[in-house]
Amino acid sequence: MAKIIAGVGSSHVPAIGAALDNGKTEEPYWKRVFSGFEKSKAWMAETKPDVAIVVYNDHASAFSMEMIPTFALGCAAEFPPADEGWGPRPVPVVKGHPALAAHIAQSVILDEFDLTIVNKMEVDHGLTVPMNLLFGQPKDHWPCPVIPLAVNVVMYPPPTGHRCYMLGKAIRRAVESYPEDLRVVIFGTGGLSHQISGPRAGLINSKWDKSFLDNLSKDPKKLTRIPHLEYMREAGAEGIEMVMWLIMRGALDDKVDEVYRFYTVPASNTAVGHIILENKHKAAKGKRPGAAKSAAKSKAHGRKLAAARKTTHRIASKGTR
Amino acid sequence: MARTQQDYDDIPGTFVFDAERSREGFGINMFCMSLMKDANRKAFKADEAEYLKKFKLTPDQTDAVLKRDYNRMLELGGNIYFTAKLGATDGHSFQQLAAMMTGSTQQDYAAMMLGGGRSVEGNRSRSGKVAKASKASAKGPGKAKPKSSGAKSSKAKSNAKSKSKSSAKRK
Repeated sequence: MAKIIAGVGSSHVPAIGAALDNGKTEEPYWKRVFSGFEKSKAWMAETKPDVAIVVYNDHASAFSMEMIPTFALGCAAEFPPADEGWGPRPVPVVKGHPALAAHIAQSVILDEFDLTIVNKMEVDHGLTVPMNLLFGQPKDHWPCPVIPLAVNVVMYPPPTGHRCYMLGKAIRRAVESYPEDLRVVIFGTGGLSHQISGPRAGLINSKWDKSFLDNLSKDPKKLTRIPHLEYMREAGAEGIEMVMWLIMRGALDDKVDEVYRFYTVPASNTAVGHIILENKHKAAKGKRPGAAKSAAKSKAHGRKLAAARKTTHRIASKGTR
Repeated sequence: MARTQQDYDDIPGTFVFDAERSREGFGINMFCMSLMKDANRKAFKADEAEYLKKFKLTPDQTDAVLKRDYNRMLELGGNIYFTAKLGATDGHSFQQLAAMMTGSTQQDYAAMMLGGGRSVEGNRSRSGKVAKASKASAKGPGKAKPKSSGAKSSKAKSNAKSKSKSSAKRK
């Protein structure tokens, strides 16, 4: 049986991608941002998921105004990086997992989430920037296949936070009904507070962001009741994309271990937020998920969790320049 | 013809790209999308008004594009992820565009961001109806009032400056 073992929340600021692609990661401004992801990369290298589901939004790259699907699941074998005006980002082609993706599509549609199926799609920075932040900058191929789930947050209204959370739960049921033993990590991307349009551009609300991260970890149901108006008012017109994090959260256990958090302002126009949440019964690496049931295993598992808690790092830095 | 009033119209300095604007702005956004191709960028640059005719814009929309009035484009149905492509065609960085929309210089805008961004205090509500904003709104709501960018520039500029100072204090 496949299993969702952990969730990752991460901003997907395009300027982070540009900094990576143009070798600016050592500049103090960018070092402040990238240093917050060093431990995350180590966590990801250790966790070694078999598949990643990445919830993100397209930014007028694959979808123009001709079609605006609310939820679009990438079922293709591969997804080339899109040309966003400066040539495609120099990152490997993203390989999909068509079999699991098709299974998820079938399962969630019968579970009353009417997804759009996408069999040909290019992916932009919304997807590839969080992958870089967690997987580093591999030259030839990403370490695992990826199933992109594109959410409309460009045209109002995006799906509600509650709808996103419930979709996460449906995705979890889908994954858990897949027969192959796969360890799956799910990403929620975008945010945190930012507004990039109109005279109010530049809005950042760190207080609101921190409370969002706290609730994401401890009381996600509270977040599902936030109306769109509040996201836009408090976290900026474009901050509304934070609803995508609730898909990730819905796919996890009600109670999770927060193993890492990072927050910094700004990256370009945006507050950068990042969190890693593990399901309590995260299967040990390389072990059959079923084996974790034995008493000895669960004891070892407990020790592992304790170790993980010990290494929890909470970093809250601000722009220092 | 008049736009349906929405609860989010109360957010100052913000044009929410909703279904109504999406319908109205289809031409602007598809024009911007066309600028993803180099040949189209060249054709547009060679004769802007002529090129725009292909996209069935209203006279107001055409005017906003030709004048690079980004706030007006948003008001008339442009979406920021699309209009940013016009900015890129002009060789502007995104931060330059943001500075233009806020009526600020790029330097001031960048300084504001480094100082922690524009504070939400005083920027929640035009009507001042939102309780949390009541204190800040005493200074007058709509500091970031949606109007054409040019006319407001000096006021918005000083606003951006004072914001960056106040958030720097928070450090």
